[in-house]
Amino acid sequence: MVHWSAEEKQLITSVWSKVNVEECGAEALARLLIVYPWTQRFFDNFGNLSSPTAIIGNPKVRAHGKKVLTSFGEAVKNLENLKATYAKLSELHCEKLHVDPENFRLLGNILIIVLAAHFNKDFTPTCQATWQKLVGVVAHALAYKYH
Amino acid sequence: MVLSANDKSNVKGVFSKISSHAEEYGAETLERMFTTYPQTKTYFPHFDLHHGSAQVKAHGKKVATALMEAANHIDDIAGALSKLSDLHAQKLRVDPVNFKLLGQCFLVVMAIHHPSALTPEVHASLDKFLCAVGNVLTSKYR
Repeated sequence: MVHWSAEEKQLITSVWSKVNVEECGAEALARLLIVYPWTQRFFDNFGNLSSPTAIIGNPKVRAHGKKVLTSFGEAVKNLENLKATYAKLSELHCEKLHVDPENFRLLGNILIIVLAAHFNKDFTPTCQATWQKLVGVVAHALAYKYH
Repeated sequence: MVLSANDKSNVKGVFSKISSHAEEYGAETLERMFTTYPQTKTYFPHFDLHHGSAQVKAHGKKVATALMEAANHIDDIAGALSKLSDLHAQKLRVDPVNFKLLGQCFLVVMAIHHPSALTPEVHASLDKFLCAVGNVLTSKYR
């Protein structure tokens, strides 16, 4: 069980309340596909991913980015219970989607950078540390049911 | 992993933009790394790691200078950082995983201070460059 201090919970909810899930999700997924192009392997049916411009403008990337970050919002609402929250998604990513959990860590790191660009100096070192912890435990929860 | 002509140009562009802030960004990178990844502090038991520490500032400057050196000699990073590579292999022996952690914090610092410069393409190039630097610094480990 992960322990969250009062300060950490506050940093998580206050940042999250200011996040535009659709924009941030789209940007995070696009950057994942651009910065780590091998992650495109999971998205053969997304159409044109041939250049950064194509990826950023791709409507399937935007939609899927929104879906992914919306799901991340469940973590923010269920900080005390992440393994249970992500149990079904974990099974899905293992059995159906066959996604290497390393990809969850990569996306988590990208999300941090997107947040940093958005919040600038408000994204203090403590804030970054809290959010890196959060993306780490989400990645762990998503990998938990792998077998 | 190879740095393309675009990557090199992107990296050089970033570093010429930040050259006057190198010391400040180096220190901030380290501070974020120590806060976010406390295990990295184990390499600095002899340092005062409080916010504003003169030792962290000085060391941040060293790190930033080395990155600038690599960017200025981007066609031969191994040559430019050869002495540093020896130092890390023989004396410092920082576990290779930590270079990624430093790299992540450096990207965060870039995102905070120059969000519009950190386009997805530049982000990709910088990430590759930081990986290349890490690889050079650990290349003589075994």
